[in-house]
Amino acid sequence: MRNPFFTIGSATLQAISNLRAALFLFSKTMYWIFIGPLRGKFVSGEYIFEQMVFTGVRSLSIVFFVTFFTGIVLAMQTAHELSKFGATMYVAGLVSVSLARELGPVLTALVVAGRVGAAITAQLGSMKVTEQIEALEAMALDPVRFLVVPRFLALLVMLPALTIFGNLIGNLGGYLIGVFDLKIAPSLYIDTAFRFLELKDIYTGVFKSFIFGGIIAIVSSYQGLSTSGGAEGVGRNTTVSVVSSFILVILADCVLTGIFYFSNI
Amino acid sequence: MEKDPIIVVENVVKNFDSRRVLDGINLTVYKGETMVIMGGSGCGKSTLLRHLIGSLRPDSGKVYIKGTDITSLDADKVDDIKKGFGMLFQSGALLDYMTVEENIALPLKEHTNLDDEIIKIMVKMKLELVGLRGFQKLKPSQLSGGMKKRVGLARAIAMDPDIVFYDEPTAGLDPIMTAVIDKLIADLSKKLRITSVVVTHDMQSVFRIADRVAMLYNGRVVEVGTLDEIKNTKNDLVKQFIEGNPEGSASFSHKGDDYLKLLLEA
Repeated sequence: MRNPFFTIGSATLQAISNLRAALFLFSKTMYWIFIGPLRGKFVSGEYIFEQMVFTGVRSLSIVFFVTFFTGIVLAMQTAHELSKFGATMYVAGLVSVSLARELGPVLTALVVAGRVGAAITAQLGSMKVTEQIEALEAMALDPVRFLVVPRFLALLVMLPALTIFGNLIGNLGGYLIGVFDLKIAPSLYIDTAFRFLELKDIYTGVFKSFIFGGIIAIVSSYQGLSTSGGAEGVGRNTTVSVVSSFILVILADCVLTGIFYFSNI
Repeated sequence: MEKDPIIVVENVVKNFDSRRVLDGINLTVYKGETMVIMGGSGCGKSTLLRHLIGSLRPDSGKVYIKGTDITSLDADKVDDIKKGFGMLFQSGALLDYMTVEENIALPLKEHTNLDDEIIKIMVKMKLELVGLRGFQKLKPSQLSGGMKKRVGLARAIAMDPDIVFYDEPTAGLDPIMTAVIDKLIADLSKKLRITSVVVTHDMQSVFRIADRVAMLYNGRVVEVGTLDEIKNTKNDLVKQFIEGNPEGSASFSHKGDDYLKLLLEA
């Protein structure tokens, strides 16, 4: 058997070098967003729009599906517990706040990491192994400016947007349980949902999903551009991309929630 | 032929980890000629090509394109030089999510301020040159290998470059398509007076297109000369390569004792 210290050590070194390379990609992305335009090199709006359609519009149905049923489950679970105290009318507030602060951003990010992140890695990866990335470089087109920046900006804008829509649909799920099963009056349900919901609940959630969007874009682009080894490599890097996006989203969620919690935001 | 050097490679050395791939390469390509770099698989010819197009930097040595040393330039300046040449990749390397038209239009759209209508006309002209009129709206996945290469060639010459690099342009093609591509390469260099650098191990192509030939072996240029000089070479290695002889100076199998040692090693 291999020396466990060796295994842990080499895995750590590998993780550090991946992190460093991903940060380098991030800095190049920032360069093309902020410095490039100052030097007259813009990122094509057409490509950004294309990516926004793919990332945002085409993800709506799956995001709605997930958040709708999450809203229903959340309402049923909490109703069961709250009924012991005769407080089922608070279901509305519980659903709206937990969706806005936590479940909406995280679930949407996970769905998008699986759908969009995997697609980004697979596409960039297959471009890499078929010399297409090299061909771009030979034509003096920077792959980061040409491929990564549109995807990065699209995710940065569309993930928060999807989260907000997802929250709405999730609340609809809760509303259906509240009104048709718990027999709460529709106006009372809506009123309670908004009474507990504060503006900061919404913007901390949106802020989270903004960060998650950046994480998914950089992780999936980095894994795509560092693909080697043909079709097998594309498959391997796509898996790694989705798994590391999941882990990083959950970690970032913990850190951000901690910051909000301890700073009383 | 005027002797005006357009590409000069000086003492280029490149290591991948501990393996030396290029071991002090010296080579000059003159304006307007077709230089073929030939050699067996893994002799470093593709690596050399990647140094010429600026996608790899040597560990030591210099590469001059039109008098400018591209090994010491920053990325922006190298990009300016890249706009002056085209490259045909082995697989064509067309962007698979774009149509044929969009692929060829890409460098024009990104690097010039030309009107879309003018770009469309230019794309048609380039497609005509490679004999693919009317294929604008197809995606690369709908094309055969030979067509992909011809579209790749149309894209390589979209910016009217004065140098075109070819990476194994005929690999994996049937004999007729091989002849078609060879003829295109020869035509382009004569009609448009393009300097061509072709990396290949297809001897038939070499005899059809080359003005001069450089033979690479183990990361070194073992012989450079005109086509006739190469045909009548005294160099065993080059002879062996041209004739496609499995036995000779270039050893492709282990000697008896080595083989026994290799077997017993693991």
